[in-house]
Amino acid sequence: MRTENQKAWFFVLPVLALVAFNALVPMMTVVNYSVQETFGNNQFFWEGLGWFEQILRSDRFQAALGRQFLFTFLILLIEVPLGIIVALSMPRKGFWVPVCLVLMALPMLIPWNVVGSMWNIFTLPKIGLLGYFLNDVLGINYDMTQQPLSAWITVIVMDVWHWTSLVVLLCYAGLVSIPDAYYQAAKIDGASPWSVFRYIQLPKMKTVLTIAVLLRFMDSFNIYTEPFVLTGGGPGNSTTLLSIDLVKIALGQFDLGPAAAMSLIYFAITLLVSWVFYTLMTKDDAQ
Amino acid sequence: MKKRSLIPILYIAFLMLPIYWLVAMSFKTTNEILSGFSLFPQTFTLENYITIFTDPTWYWGYINSIFYVTINTVLSVCVALPAAYAFSRYRFLGDKQLFFWLLTNRMAPAAVFALPFFQLYSSIGLFDTHLAVALAHTLFNVPLAVWILEGFMRGIPKELDETAYVDGYSFPRFFVTIFLPNIKAGVGVAAFFCFMFSWVEMLLAKTLTAVEAKPIAAVMTRTASSAGYELGLLAAAGTLTIIPGAIVIWFVRNYIARGFAMGRV
Repeated sequence: MRTENQKAWFFVLPVLALVAFNALVPMMTVVNYSVQETFGNNQFFWEGLGWFEQILRSDRFQAALGRQFLFTFLILLIEVPLGIIVALSMPRKGFWVPVCLVLMALPMLIPWNVVGSMWNIFTLPKIGLLGYFLNDVLGINYDMTQQPLSAWITVIVMDVWHWTSLVVLLCYAGLVSIPDAYYQAAKIDGASPWSVFRYIQLPKMKTVLTIAVLLRFMDSFNIYTEPFVLTGGGPGNSTTLLSIDLVKIALGQFDLGPAAAMSLIYFAITLLVSWVFYTLMTKDDAQ
Repeated sequence: MKKRSLIPILYIAFLMLPIYWLVAMSFKTTNEILSGFSLFPQTFTLENYITIFTDPTWYWGYINSIFYVTINTVLSVCVALPAAYAFSRYRFLGDKQLFFWLLTNRMAPAAVFALPFFQLYSSIGLFDTHLAVALAHTLFNVPLAVWILEGFMRGIPKELDETAYVDGYSFPRFFVTIFLPNIKAGVGVAAFFCFMFSWVEMLLAKTLTAVEAKPIAAVMTRTASSAGYELGLLAAAGTLTIIPGAIVIWFVRNYIARGFAMGRV
């Protein structure tokens, strides 16, 4: 077990200094802006909680938040089961394992703006492979630059393409740690494939699945670059997710007060949900 | 057995299709791309790549990116090592709270930090340097590195430390000559993840640079808009950004599954 030792703080100091510099100073800047009004010239006036109230009541924020939740919900709903299915059907040993792993991890190592550009090129009608195939071969009217529904489907499919492998790799790591004896015992007992999954594989994957859901929640909730490059938030505002809206307000319109208040609300929501996942996860670790 | 291997094959095919299209596009001329659909490049050209390798604004984008990613990876792993050791071996006042606070920085949306980072790094005179981007990326890479390394270190029995002290090893000597070789895989995986997230992150990297340290992503967006959206050039630049990741991933292929599980299986 771990021993009690307060000197361990010295080991943590470098990390603490670095992260404090990077997190506390900017966070205080944001808090500072969120309670003040400015008319330029570095003159600030106390505004209190006015911006928070205005943001929480604005239709624009509520719409973006709704889209964000819908997006993250759909992402988790598709990527987690798909990831489990792919991980279950992967070979356990042999030549193909490293090849599969490397190919699957490849999308995650592509810079996010390139992912956006790539899917843009891939789905453009007339020019893109998918756009051409759907429109001119199958005769489906598909144009993600014009139709909100097409844009939504494209953004979702892009994220599935980009991040499902994370779930696959995590589940796969859980699966290979199951000793062969478990499967042999199940075979002797005449267990069905479903009960092997339910009583042997799923419990072993529980920890890694929680990590997968936690990471997928955080990253899909904070997503910015890929949909911004792909659709720019359009057509209209249909794919304007929270981060895209925030950057528009902060760096586009330079409305510091509302942007800061929105940042804090946004961060608080992410933190709250992540905290729930985190406590669930560490509870398992302790056992 | 045949039916089961169909799923990974289909999945990998789905992953490879957009990548194939990007690579195919990079060998086409702008004329061919705009004039109509073709599955394979009809007039195979290397012109897009030649443009990139002969124009300093283009290739410096790559050098800049690799530069700050390397600084970030070294920095993150070095500061994370002692911290992860402390978390895996000792209990101390506020350890759990500290660990969660570190993780919250991994949860923060980068968009929240874009503007304050710009002001912070401008005010200390680091704006438009590689160091600024490298430091900014430690915000999410250090917590991740601590998390991964802690998972790997926990798997090393405590008896190893105690035996070393009995044998008269000092702490630094024990850490470097005995402990580090034992968690080699963990260090590799942590470095890989730092590389990965610093390499793919673009919002902060773009916000914190202007000319001198401009990452490849910023070069791509500017060229895309100023030169009337040259898709072939954009595709070639995109294809080249895949290569460093592919090389790095090949080195850690045997640890990657365990690494993604943060050493927790």
